[in-house]
Amino acid sequence: MNKISVIIKREYVTRVRKKSFIIMTLLAPLLMAAIVIVPTVLMMNQKGDFKKIAVIEEKSDLFKGVIKNTKDAEFVYLDNVNLNEFKTKFEQEGYYGVLIIYPEIINTPNAIDLISKKQPPIGLLEHIERSLEKNIEKQKLAAYSIGDLDAIMKSIQTDVSVQTKKLDDLGNVQKTSTGISMALAYIFGLLMYMLVFIFGSQVMRGVIEEKTSRVVEVIISSVKPIELMMGKIVGIALVGLTQFLMWVILTAGITTVLKTTLLGNSGITEITQSMPQNMMTENQAVAGQAAVQEISPELIEFTRLFDSALNQPWLLIIFAFIFYFITGYLLYASVFAAIGSAVDNETETQQFMLPVTIPIIIGLMVAMGTMQNPESPVAFWCSLIPLTSPIVMMARIPFGVPYWQIGISMLLMVVTFIFFVWMAAKIYRTGILMYGKKTSWKEMWKWLRYSG
Amino acid sequence: MALFEAKNVSKQYGTQLALDNVSIAVPQQSIYGLLGPNGAGKTTLIRIINQITGPDSGELFLDGKKLCPEDVQRIGYLPEERGLYKKMKVGEQALYFAQLKGLSKAEAMKRLKYWFNKLEITDWWGKKVEELSKGMAQKVQFVTTVLHEPKLLIFDEPFTGFDPVNAKIIKNEILFLRERGATIIFSTHNMESVEELCDNITLIDKAKTILEGSVDEIRTKWAANEYDLVFDGNVKIEGNGHYNILDQKFENNKSIVRLKTTGDIKSNEILQTAIKSGTVISFNPALPSMNEIFIRVVEARN
Repeated sequence: MNKISVIIKREYVTRVRKKSFIIMTLLAPLLMAAIVIVPTVLMMNQKGDFKKIAVIEEKSDLFKGVIKNTKDAEFVYLDNVNLNEFKTKFEQEGYYGVLIIYPEIINTPNAIDLISKKQPPIGLLEHIERSLEKNIEKQKLAAYSIGDLDAIMKSIQTDVSVQTKKLDDLGNVQKTSTGISMALAYIFGLLMYMLVFIFGSQVMRGVIEEKTSRVVEVIISSVKPIELMMGKIVGIALVGLTQFLMWVILTAGITTVLKTTLLGNSGITEITQSMPQNMMTENQAVAGQAAVQEISPELIEFTRLFDSALNQPWLLIIFAFIFYFITGYLLYASVFAAIGSAVDNETETQQFMLPVTIPIIIGLMVAMGTMQNPESPVAFWCSLIPLTSPIVMMARIPFGVPYWQIGISMLLMVVTFIFFVWMAAKIYRTGILMYGKKTSWKEMWKWLRYSG
Repeated sequence: MALFEAKNVSKQYGTQLALDNVSIAVPQQSIYGLLGPNGAGKTTLIRIINQITGPDSGELFLDGKKLCPEDVQRIGYLPEERGLYKKMKVGEQALYFAQLKGLSKAEAMKRLKYWFNKLEITDWWGKKVEELSKGMAQKVQFVTTVLHEPKLLIFDEPFTGFDPVNAKIIKNEILFLRERGATIIFSTHNMESVEELCDNITLIDKAKTILEGSVDEIRTKWAANEYDLVFDGNVKIEGNGHYNILDQKFENNKSIVRLKTTGDIKSNEILQTAIKSGTVISFNPALPSMNEIFIRVVEARN
C-alpha cells in the first residue's frame, strides 16, 4: 500500500509540474472567461451605434408614427421630399437610411424599401416589419367595422408558455424545465466523455513511455505490476481532478473579476433589464393602450429556468457524476493501460484503440439522442450496459430516472470495472515485458491465460 | 552455504520452452556468472529470481527460505536494458526508486549522498536524465540498484556502455560490495570479465544448463591435455606419438607452441624432448580462456 502511494505521488507530481499542464490549467479558464465576457462587451458597444432613419411614404399617409423609436434607432417622418434627390444626400443630412413605404404594402408584402449605405442589422429590420405587420393587421380588422375593436384587441392578446411540472415519487410537484435538463444532460455527458477519454489516453501514453524507456523492468522488480498500473491510473485521475477543480475555480474567479472591472456591475443589469422593457413598450404601442404594467414573458421564463435549476436533483447528480467518473474512468483507463502495455510505440495503438473508442462514441451519440427522448429503449439499455452507462446515465438523470435503474446500472458498473481491471492487469503484466513483436488480439488472449 | 538456490526451474511461454529444469546454487559472498548465448533463457531466469514472472515449476530459496514477495527488498537488479525516466531529475528519480525498495526518504537521502560522493556524480543531482550521456545514466542506475544494500545483487551486462575507466570503477565497486557481504549474480557476454570476477558459473544454452562449476575447475578441466611451450628464438618442433602440435607461432623473437598430449605422458617427459630442440623459456598447462570454452561448448551442441 505504501509503495502504491509512492507511485501515485510520482505520477501526480511529475504531471502537475509540467509546463504544459500549468499552461493548460491557466489558459483554458481565460478562454472560457473570454467566451462569457466578449459577447457581453460587444452587446454593450452596439448600444452606442445610434441610427436615424428617414421614413417616406409615397402618395399616402397611412403609417405616420407607426414605427416607434427604439433605443438604437430614431424614425423621422418626412413629407414632401423629392425622393430621387433625397436618395443622394440622406447621408449628408445625418440619416442612416431611408425607408420608403409604397401604398401597395397593404396587399404586397415587399412594397417597402430600406435604402442605406451599410447592411442594416437584423434587429432593426425585425422591428420595422413587426410594427408594420401589426398595424396593417389592425387596419384590415378595422375595415370590418367591429365595434370596440381596441377593447377586443386587448382582451384577445395572449401569450402561451407551457409550465412543465414533474411529480416525484412522494407525489410532490416540482417545477422543471426541459431546457435545463437538456443543458445538464449535454454538459454532463460531454464532460464524462472528455474526462474518460483525455485521462484514459494519458494512462496509455504513460505506460508506453515506461515500456519504451525500459523503466518498467526496474520498477516491477520492486513492486507488483498491478500496483504500478493502479498507481499510475489513480495518479492521473488525481491530476484530472486537480485540473478540473482549478478550471472551475479560475473560470469563476476570472469571470467575476473581468465583469466588475470591464463592465461594472451596473452594465450587466442594465442590459438584462432594458431588454424586457423594450418589448413592453412595443407591445403597448401596437395595442395602442396606455401603459399597463405587465410581467414580460422573458422575465417569467427566466425565473422559471432559475427555479428549475434549483429543483434539479443536485445531490443525486453530483453523487452519480462522481461514481460514474471514478468507475468509468477506472474501466477505460485499465483498458488503455493494457493497450499501452501491448505495443512498442504510440502509432501501433491504432488497431486496439478503435474497438475501445466505439462504445464511448456510441455512448455519446445515445446520450445526445437521450435529450430528445430520455425514456427510449436505446437510452434505457445503454444506461445499464457498463461500457456506455457512465455517459448515457449521466445524460438521463436530469430528466428523472427510477432509483432501481440507477441501482442496477451502478451494480453492473462495479462488477464490470473489477472484471476489466483484473483482465487488464493480466495483459499488462505480460505485455510490458514483451518487446519487438507486433501484438495481435490473439496474442493478448494468450497472455490472459498465462499463469503468474 | 548457498545464499540463493534455484531448483529444477522450468518456464514455458506458449509453445516455447524458455527454461528446462535449470538449477543454480550461488554460494554466500561470491560472484556467480550466468552465461549463455542470446536467447538462451538467462533473462527469463533473472526475471524469475526477481519475481517479475513466476516459474511453471521448480523452487527458489533465498537464505535457505522459500523466496517470497517481501524478498524484493533484499534483491537489487540492474537490467540489461537500462531504464530511467528521461524527463525526471536524477536526484528525484534515485529517491523514487529507493522508496520503491522500501527505504524511508531520510535514509535514502543519506545513502544517496554517500554514493553520489563516492562516484563523483553529485553535480548531476538536479539534471534531467535526458541531459546525461549513456554512461552517466548507467552510473546513476548502478547507484539505484545497490542503494538499499541488498543481500543479492543481479547485474545484467553491467559494463556495456562504460568507457574503460568507468568500467574499472564499477568493477571495483562490485568487488567492494562482495567484500562487504553481498552475493552477486552476474550475467554477461564479456568472458574476460568472467575470468576476472566470477567464482562460479552456469552456462545455459537453449533453456538447459550445459556447463557449471567454479571458473578455475572448469578451465583446468578443459585444459587437461594442452600445454604452452615457449622457446627463445625461432624453434620448430614436430609432433610425435605422444603429442600433437596444435599451433606454432613466432613472435617477439619467441616461439610459442601449443601442444596436446595424446597418450598417457607426464609433463616431465614432454619437457625432456623439448629441451633438445632449443632453450625453453616457459612451460605451462594451457588454460583455455572462458571465451574458447564458451564457443566450444555451445558449438559442440549445434
